[in-house]
Amino acid sequence: MFKSIMEWVDARLPVSDLIKSQATEYPTPKNLNYWWNFGSLALFVLIVMLATGLFLAMHYKPDANLAFDSVEHIMRDVNFGWLLRYLHANGATFFFVCVYIHILRGMYYGSHRSPREILWWFGVIIFFALMGTAFMGYVLPWGQMSYWGAAVITNLVSAIPVVGEELVVWILGGFSVGDPTLNRFFVLHFLFPFVVFGLVILHMWALHAVHSNNPDGIDVHEGKDTLPFHPYYTIKDLYGVGVFLMVYLAFVFFAPNFFLEPDNYIPADPMKTPAHIVPEWYFLPFYAILRSIDFLGSFSKLAGVVAMGGAIAILFILPWLDRSPVRSFRYRPLSRQLFWVFVLDCFVLGWVGYNPADATLFDGALPLIVIGRTATAVYFSYFVGLWLVTVLKIEKPKPLPKSI
Amino acid sequence: MAIEAEENRRDFLILATSVVGLGGVAGAAWPFIRSWSPSADVLAQATTEVDISALQEGQMITVPWQGKPVFVLKRTAEQIASAREGDKVKLPDPNPPSKDAERVKRPEYLVVLAVCSHLGCVPQPIGTGDFGGFLCPCHGSHYDTSGRIRQGPAPANLTVPDYDFKDDGNTLVIGKAVG
Repeated sequence: MFKSIMEWVDARLPVSDLIKSQATEYPTPKNLNYWWNFGSLALFVLIVMLATGLFLAMHYKPDANLAFDSVEHIMRDVNFGWLLRYLHANGATFFFVCVYIHILRGMYYGSHRSPREILWWFGVIIFFALMGTAFMGYVLPWGQMSYWGAAVITNLVSAIPVVGEELVVWILGGFSVGDPTLNRFFVLHFLFPFVVFGLVILHMWALHAVHSNNPDGIDVHEGKDTLPFHPYYTIKDLYGVGVFLMVYLAFVFFAPNFFLEPDNYIPADPMKTPAHIVPEWYFLPFYAILRSIDFLGSFSKLAGVVAMGGAIAILFILPWLDRSPVRSFRYRPLSRQLFWVFVLDCFVLGWVGYNPADATLFDGALPLIVIGRTATAVYFSYFVGLWLVTVLKIEKPKPLPKSI
Repeated sequence: MAIEAEENRRDFLILATSVVGLGGVAGAAWPFIRSWSPSADVLAQATTEVDISALQEGQMITVPWQGKPVFVLKRTAEQIASAREGDKVKLPDPNPPSKDAERVKRPEYLVVLAVCSHLGCVPQPIGTGDFGGFLCPCHGSHYDTSGRIRQGPAPANLTVPDYDFKDDGNTLVIGKAVG
């Protein structure tokens, strides 16, 4: 019965062929390690975010006078509203955990290198879209951090020469963050995840056109070096989902406010700035880069914004900065060291971004801003350094295996 | 020859159609883009009137104007002197109005937008900054008693909004009616 139905469908739309060639029998390198789980995990979180977000939107009110109370209504009155909201709020955190590991995995094993540049570009575009979505979502509870985070971030636009000031008014729909801003951010926050979903489809199309990279970074021979995706990687991805859920749900149920700012449980007050505005943890390294450019006088603001955007946009040209004939850092000792310095540097930037701008260490002997500037320099030096050691052939790669 | 003329004619028609089409799309997009600009009711909040008759010397109040806070400070003689002192140094933002006399209509009243020119935070009240003025807590910008940036990442002085006094100086009107 089922078979004959499928035959009828396949004669009209080749569904079985697509499932076979792109999913169940899709050839996948047999040596993928656990770092390869984070792509499917990110997709899993995206689906969780879409589901919880959709149901939260059924109870939320995007109105400056009602928004804060409607979130409390979700927390206190709506059946399982607390669960939906905590899944969604912590989901954002774990989305970025997955995405950051996924990006760093690509950088380490050379997954951005030829012929996977377009695949990588879609990834960077998804990353930008995610940051925008997360930022607008954080505004919706309309607490103090929501409000002032929105004020600070939208103000970045005013750094654009000539049209900046007017552009901010246009984006806000007023002369300050207010009801029109909240309303449009809600609509965009609702829309963007679907755009991201479309971009993910393009990302996967690009992946399936060139196939997966692998920890050795060498080209694979189909058949000898590959396994069908099902059951080998479906089961491995599911196992990853299980482990992931344990960590994610541990936060949701036992420390749901760990990543949230207490100040965001104070209703938004346009007349009063919190003493210390701090963005969500996943923006901290970029926030630190923004703040560390403060030595260029009236150009500081624009330069800070450009540096912050550039810190991510530089990923677009990463496939061409790396000139080594070898993709994977497994066989590139020097690049590997640079990579780990870079990862450590991102944590340092995050820590600097978390602290107040005028904080100091050792009783004022070492202003944090100095560490911030140094870490910013190190961040960009990674990309320049990677280019230099490969273009000047300073690095001698280890011999590659014949096959995986 | 005939075919070539036909092709040229076709190219021209395609180009002309595309230009008209794109113009139409751009025109149709305009209402959507424009719908994001401040609406009439937002523009209607253009002015705020404040009773300042009870303001004591050295006292500062924060009043909302267009959804943004405005500092109204009745300056003491020392604060005025300190602001005049600031005229003599090289300022990070020398664009007018930067002389204290240009920034106030009456020396005893300082009226400035309490929005840091760095990233839009509200600076803390008078006396918190290094120059006797305002400190922005977000990124450490110091403004003096004339609301001028003296130290920190902010690129510009605090904005002096349009304002006027009426009723013999007992009422302050901030903003200008628009529309």
